Amino acid sequence: MIETKNKKGAWIAFIGVFLFLALIFALDQLIKPTDKLGMLLIVLQKGSVYALAAVSMNLLNGYTGLFSLGHAGFMLLGAYTYAIFTIPDKSRDAVYQYFDAAIRFSIPEQLSNHMGGFGTALGVFLALVLAGLVAALMAWLIGLPVLRLKSDYLAIATLGFAEIIRAVFQWSKLGPITNGSNLLKNFARASKFKLEIAGTKLSLSTFVPVLIATVCIILIVLIVNSTYGRAFKAIRDDEIAAEAMGINLARHKMISFVTSSFFAGVAGATLAMVLSIAQANNFKSAMTYEILLMVVLGGIGSITGSVIGSLLFVAASEWWLRGLDSGKFLGIEAPNIFRNGFRLVVFSVIIMVVVLFFRKGIMGEKELPDLFRRKKKEAPAKEGQA
Amino acid sequence: MDALKTTLPYIISGVSVGGQYALIAIGYTMVYGILRLINFAHGDVFMVAGLMMVYLAASLPLYLAIPLVILLTVALGFTIERVAYKPLRTAPRMSVMISAIGVSYLLQNLALYITGGLNKNYPAIPWISDRISIFGMETSRVTVITPFLTIILVVALVQLINHTKIGMAMRAVSRDFETSQLMGIQINRVISATFIIGTFLAAVGSILFFTNYPGVVPTSGAMPGLKAFVAAVFGGIGSIPGAVIGAFIIGIAESVIKGLDTILIVNGVIDEQIGLATFSDAFTFVLLIIILVFKPTGLFGEKSTDKV
Amino acid sequence: MSEQKTMLLVENVTMQFGGVVAVNNLSMEVREGEIVAIIGPNGAGKTTAFNVITGVYAPTNGRVSFDGQCVVENYPRGKMKKNYLGENAGLYTQVKEPTPDRLTALGMARTFQNIRLWKSMTVFDNILVAKHLKRSSNLFSAAFRMNREEEAQQRREVLALLEIVGLADVKDELATSLPYGKQRRLEIARALATKPKLLLLDEPAAGMNPQETQELTQFIGQIRKDFDVTIVLIEHHMDLVMDISDRIYVLDFGRLIAQGTPEEIQKNEKVIDAYLGVVDDAEN
Repeated sequence: MIETKNKKGAWIAFIGVFLFLALIFALDQLIKPTDKLGMLLIVLQKGSVYALAAVSMNLLNGYTGLFSLGHAGFMLLGAYTYAIFTIPDKSRDAVYQYFDAAIRFSIPEQLSNHMGGFGTALGVFLALVLAGLVAALMAWLIGLPVLRLKSDYLAIATLGFAEIIRAVFQWSKLGPITNGSNLLKNFARASKFKLEIAGTKLSLSTFVPVLIATVCIILIVLIVNSTYGRAFKAIRDDEIAAEAMGINLARHKMISFVTSSFFAGVAGATLAMVLSIAQANNFKSAMTYEILLMVVLGGIGSITGSVIGSLLFVAASEWWLRGLDSGKFLGIEAPNIFRNGFRLVVFSVIIMVVVLFFRKGIMGEKELPDLFRRKKKEAPAKEGQA
Repeated sequence: MDALKTTLPYIISGVSVGGQYALIAIGYTMVYGILRLINFAHGDVFMVAGLMMVYLAASLPLYLAIPLVILLTVALGFTIERVAYKPLRTAPRMSVMISAIGVSYLLQNLALYITGGLNKNYPAIPWISDRISIFGMETSRVTVITPFLTIILVVALVQLINHTKIGMAMRAVSRDFETSQLMGIQINRVISATFIIGTFLAAVGSILFFTNYPGVVPTSGAMPGLKAFVAAVFGGIGSIPGAVIGAFIIGIAESVIKGLDTILIVNGVIDEQIGLATFSDAFTFVLLIIILVFKPTGLFGEKSTDKV
Repeated sequence: MSEQKTMLLVENVTMQFGGVVAVNNLSMEVREGEIVAIIGPNGAGKTTAFNVITGVYAPTNGRVSFDGQCVVENYPRGKMKKNYLGENAGLYTQVKEPTPDRLTALGMARTFQNIRLWKSMTVFDNILVAKHLKRSSNLFSAAFRMNREEEAQQRREVLALLEIVGLADVKDELATSLPYGKQRRLEIARALATKPKLLLLDEPAAGMNPQETQELTQFIGQIRKDFDVTIVLIEHHMDLVMDISDRIYVLDFGRLIAQGTPEEIQKNEKVIDAYLGVVDDAEN
C-alpha cells in the first residue's frame, strides 16, 4: 500500500518512470526492427499493450473481485473505434473494398489540416480516448443487467456479451461501418509514428505504445490507491460487510467495470496501432483467457505482477521460446519434437504449473514498492499471514 | 404451410444439434451441481475425443476404435479432475475456474501441436453416416437417431441418479458438500464418478456431432462447449432435465437462425440475404442474458439465498 | 424517558421465507440514547430482525422508521400475497426496500455475528474504508488527488478512533491476524467510523471468555458516552445483557414474548419458561 503522504516515494516513482521512458525512446532509435534485437522492440510493443489489458482486467477481477471474461469484446470495440476514426480519406475506399464506407472522418487528418504535426498527434490521442469511451459506454449498458449476477454467472454472461459484440461487428449489414468480416488497415499505426527534428526522423513506433500503456497504468494505480480503490477491495473481501459500511455495491461495481472497460478499449486501440490491422475475428474469448493467464502469472491483485506477467508472457511466447517451434532450442536440435506449436504446449504446461503450485503468481498481492519496504524493516518481522 | 415447410428441415437438424449439445451440457451441469465449477475444459475434452477418433480409426477397425475412444476420453476426464481440480479443493472458486481455463488452453495447444493446425477429416461411420431422406429432405441417419439416443441416455442417467447408491451420494453432495462429507460420503469418489459420467456422455456426443461435420480442428470444442454450458444455465444449472431442454431450445434456435435468411426470403418477408446467420452463435448468448436477467436461476433452477 | 425522541420504530414486521415465518409481527421502539437488548433462544429470529432493520432483507410485511423517517416498508404482494402466514396484512401499502448502504448513510451501522472484517486489509485500512461513505470526491478527483485534505482529515480521524478503542498499537497489522476479542472490537470501531446515530451489535460477546466479556461490557458503556449513540444489541451472555441494557425485548419462535427492564424480564414467567431454562444450551 502506497501512502499518499509519502512525497519522497512519489518523486522516486516519477523519476523512475521518466528514466524508463527515456530508455525506451533511446532503444527506439538504436535498434532497427531488422536487427537481431529487433524482437525486443516487438516484445516491448506487444508487451506494453498486454500489460495495460492485464492491469485493467486486474482492476476488475483482482481488486473488485468481479470475475468478468468480456475483455476481448471491449478491446475489440476500442480497436475498431480507433481504426475507423483514423483511416485517412484517400485510403478509405481501398480499405472498404466491398462496402460504401459510411464514416468518412479521420480525426488525426482533420486536425493536422489545421495544426500540422501536432494536430496528428492530438488526433491520435483523441481517437484513443474515444476508443476508451465507446468501450466504457458499452460496459455501462452491459453492466446494468449483468453486474447483479453472482461470480460464475457474471463470468459466463460477460463472455457471452463479448461473443455477441464480435458477431455484430462481423455482420455484413454493418459493413459500411465495420467492413464486415474483412480487416481494417491503413489507419494511424505505430510503425508510421515519427518525430522530425531539424531534418532527422526519429522513430516513435515503440515509444508511443509504451507511453500510452505507462500513462494508463499510472492512472489505474492512482485509482487503486484512492478511496475508491479501497472500496473495491472491500467489496472483493466481503461484499456484505462493504454494503453494511455504506458502500453502494451496484454503483461501485459499475464504476470498476466501466473504468476497467475504458482501459481495455484503449488497450484494444493500442493493439490495433501496434499490429497495423484490426479484425473482429482476432478478439475471441481465447484472447481474454490469455490476458487472464497473464494476470494469474503475475499474481491476482498486484499491478506490478500483471505488468511483469504480461511482459514475461509475451517475451516467452514471441521470443525466448521461439526455438521450440523451429527445431532448435538451447542448442538441442530435434526437428521432430520442436516443430510448430510445441512452444505453446510448453508454455501452457508452465502456466498450469503456476496455477496449481504457485497459486499466488510471481508477486502475490505485493507491489514493487512493498519489496523495498520489506527489506528496510525486516527487524519487526511479525507477519500476520505469510 | 409454406412457412412450416421451409422451416421444418432446420428444426429437424436443430433437434439433432440440440441432442448433441444436451450430451455435453449434462457434463457441465453435473460438475457444476457438485463442485460449483464451470468446467471450461469440458468442451475441449469433447474436441479431444473427436481427434482421438480420427487417429484411432486410421489404424483400428471401428468396432474397436469407438469403445477405445470412449474409454480414453473417460480416462482423460478423470485425470483432469485429479490433476487440475482436486489439489484446489480448498482454494477460492476463482482459482479452480482459472485452472479449468488453463486446462482448456493446454488441450487446445496440444491439439494444435499434434494436428499442426490442420483440419482432420472425421471418419465416416457406417450406417449412422448414411444419407437418408426424411420429410423430403436429405440428411444423414445420425440426425434422426441423435435425439432418440440422447433421450435414452438421459433416462438411463436419471434412473442411475435416483435409484443407485452413487446417485444418491451425488444428490447429497450437490445439496451440501460439507455435510455429506461429515456423513461419511467419500467425496472424491463421487466427484470422480461425476466426471466419468460427464466425459462418457461428451464422448458419445462427440461421435454424433463430428459425424455431421467436415472435420475436427483444435478449436472445434470451444463453441459447442460454451453453448452446452449456456444450455445448462438456461435450464437451471444442476438440473439434468433442465440442461437437456435448454440444449434442445438452443440447438433449434441456432439452426433456425442459420437458415433464417432463406426462410424469410421464401416467405416474402425480405428480398435478399441479410446475413442473419452471423448471429447463430451470438443468439445463444442473447438467450443466456435474457434468462439471467429475468430468472437468474434458469428454467428449473432452485432459488438460493445468501446467509448473512 | 418518554420525552426522549424515538430513534428506531419497528411496526408489525413479519419476515417469511417460503413457509417459515422467521419474524412474526414484531413491534419495538428504541429511544435516543438507550441501550436495548434483543434476546431469545437460538433461531428465535433475532438476526433476521436485524437484517430487516438494516435493509439486508425486505420484510414481507411491516414498517421500520428511523430517526422519525419511514425507511423500510413492505406488504405481502406477488407470490407472497397468497402464501402469507403472518398477521396484520393490509396495514401497509407502500414499498420501500433500501439497500443497506443507504441506511448506513442515514446513520445506522452494524456488526455481524460471524465477524466480517476485510481480510486482506490492515486494521487501519479497515476503518478508513468505512470513511468512504463520508467522501465528497468522485473517481476523478480521488484519482488525481484533489481530495488530499479530506483524505488527510479522514486519516487523522481514523487514528483518533483507533486511540479511543485501544487498537492504535496494532494499526498496521492485518485485521485477521488480531486475536478474536480485538477483531470484535475492530468491527465495532469500523461501525463507529461511519458516525452512526444507531449502532446495532449482533452478538458482540459471542465466543468470549468471562474476562473479555467484562471488558466488552465496559467498552459498550464507554461507546455510548463517547460517541453519543443509541445501541441495539443481540446477545446470549445474560450478565452482559442485564448489566448494560436499559430495556430488553425477548423473542421466541419469531414472536415478541416479553419486553421491559432487566428486572422485569428476570421475573417474567413466560421468559423463564421459554428461555432461561435453556440458557446453558444457548451459550454453547
